[in-house]
Amino acid sequence: MFDLDLWREIFQSINKNRTRSLLSGFTVTFAILLFAILFGIANGLKNTFKEAFGTDANNSIIIFPGRTSIAHKGNQVGKRIQFKNEDRDFILDKFGDKVQFFTSKVNKNLNASFQGEKNTYEVRGVYPEYMFIENNVVKDGRYINQHDIENRAKVVVIGQVVENELFYKVNPIGKYINLGGIPYKVVGVFTDDEGDNEEKVIYMPISTTQFIYGNNDFVDLMHLTYNPEMNSDQALAFGNSIKRSLKEKFEVARNDQRAIRLFNMAQGTKQADIMTFSLTVIILVIGFGTLIAGIVGISNIMIFIVKERTKEIGIRKALGASPRSIVSIILIESIIITAVAGYIGLLAGVGVLELVGPSLEVYFIKDPGVSNSLVIGATITLVIAGAIAGYLPAKKASKIKPIVALRND
Amino acid sequence: MLKIQQLHKSYPIGDSSLHVLKGIDLNVEEGEMVAIMGSSGSGKSTLLNIIGILDEADSGEYILDGLPIKNLTEKKAAVYRNKFLGFIFQSFNLINYKTALENVALPLYYQGMKRKERQEKAMFHLDKVGLANWAKHLPKELSGGQKQRVAIARALAANPKLLLADEPTGALDTKTSHDIMAFIQKLNDEGKTILMVTHEEDIANMCKRIVRLRDGVIMEDTKVNQVRAEQYV
Repeated sequence: MFDLDLWREIFQSINKNRTRSLLSGFTVTFAILLFAILFGIANGLKNTFKEAFGTDANNSIIIFPGRTSIAHKGNQVGKRIQFKNEDRDFILDKFGDKVQFFTSKVNKNLNASFQGEKNTYEVRGVYPEYMFIENNVVKDGRYINQHDIENRAKVVVIGQVVENELFYKVNPIGKYINLGGIPYKVVGVFTDDEGDNEEKVIYMPISTTQFIYGNNDFVDLMHLTYNPEMNSDQALAFGNSIKRSLKEKFEVARNDQRAIRLFNMAQGTKQADIMTFSLTVIILVIGFGTLIAGIVGISNIMIFIVKERTKEIGIRKALGASPRSIVSIILIESIIITAVAGYIGLLAGVGVLELVGPSLEVYFIKDPGVSNSLVIGATITLVIAGAIAGYLPAKKASKIKPIVALRND
Repeated sequence: MLKIQQLHKSYPIGDSSLHVLKGIDLNVEEGEMVAIMGSSGSGKSTLLNIIGILDEADSGEYILDGLPIKNLTEKKAAVYRNKFLGFIFQSFNLINYKTALENVALPLYYQGMKRKERQEKAMFHLDKVGLANWAKHLPKELSGGQKQRVAIARALAANPKLLLADEPTGALDTKTSHDIMAFIQKLNDEGKTILMVTHEEDIANMCKRIVRLRDGVIMEDTKVNQVRAEQYV
């Protein structure tokens, strides 16, 4: 295999028959080029999916209250459902082992001011776990903690945009911000990958919000993340069982779709999973199809080459070439042509993706590309493919009888 | 050097079979120069192929330089051909994309000789046939006589015990034929054993012994007074 002379023989043969080698390689080049581009596009689509979910935990379940649409247990249609603090304990008691993070939430829109700068912001009363659900990153100071919740502390954590708008060249940590006439101490500044809208928000301990702006224990919505080890089917079932228990608790008809609504990310994850899976299958089928077409093409041409070289192989045998050396020549020639041609196709494919990739974002294809592991895998596959393509012709060549080959005709 | 006894060979043709060699007995001593003659279909080429280990007899004995040639694997046959036999063909059978030097070096390659040594040796033999200046030329750039000389150099390269020539002058004009024959005679003078198939009387008479075949049996086996080819050159 690492006999220099053997390689010299092979390169001489390839070089002397350049057109023939080029033509036989072309099918493979084209097949791999096509495969690389398709694969890249599929990758781009997958990336688009991924981005659509953003950096929010994608194992979220959000539960909204509504009004009943069906009369049930003596209650009229249109009864308003109101979540309270106790519902958090209700869910955690029942499903605690399947919940990763949980927060109830109260939303307000309040006028905020600091030293003459004024604006209106969304204020969210939350539990400390909210940080993990929203994937907030604390830039300065700290987030809301359990201590704040217990003491109904008048503290807030502000988004980066709020900081920029109200606190011009002033470090906001420790300063007091006025929300609807009441001063709150700023204890932290956070950032959120999702951008300005999510950073234009002020967080407050939920107990504080409830106490100051209503003096009740009402909750606007509940947001939880399920144990990420659950697959999307399990997660969907989990969401449904939460919904069922809440319906029982609030005496809502089972088939009432409006009283309690539940948004489960698993729904989207599942669809995305199915979509990516089918895409992968399609790409693999197309890829294998083209590769097989390439192998058949090379094999075909190699058989022709063997036929064309029958006399030469006969001469070699008469001069003392062993069957094995004949097999190596044909097999390695086939492998080299396949591997080189395939590699050129792969490089061309990657090149095309690099070139047109950025302009494809309009078509929901983001960062189309081929990974290094795929390149290595493809190279190995190509060598194997070349060996398969060359096997039959090589076997045929080794069976050539010198007297038949050398017959004077 | 070569001992053949009761050699039989037949080829299947459809349902029946064609009996080509019907019991050949032949002994060739070292240093002989034998012409095998006969009309086409007499079995002379088949005999040469069997002697050249390119084909196998159905029955009978063939001993080459003390080694029985029977039931050889392809690999073993290849080694024997390489070591003991040099072939010269009517149609030269040079590899067209290799230079004269590379063609001559090919049997040495299959012996596993190192490249440098191989080329030196090939060059030596090319020089011997007077084509040292044509070493880098491709076969298509050579004349018929030159091609056959390259083929002879190639047959000699591995220093075989027996040189087998199948109509070596069949594709050449008279003058070139005599040229080549003079060279082959010179090789024989140096002690090389030569076996040649031909159907030309004058070429056969340049050997030392003529074996005539007809319908698969030896009709005549005579020693002749060698006609030297140099006198025509």
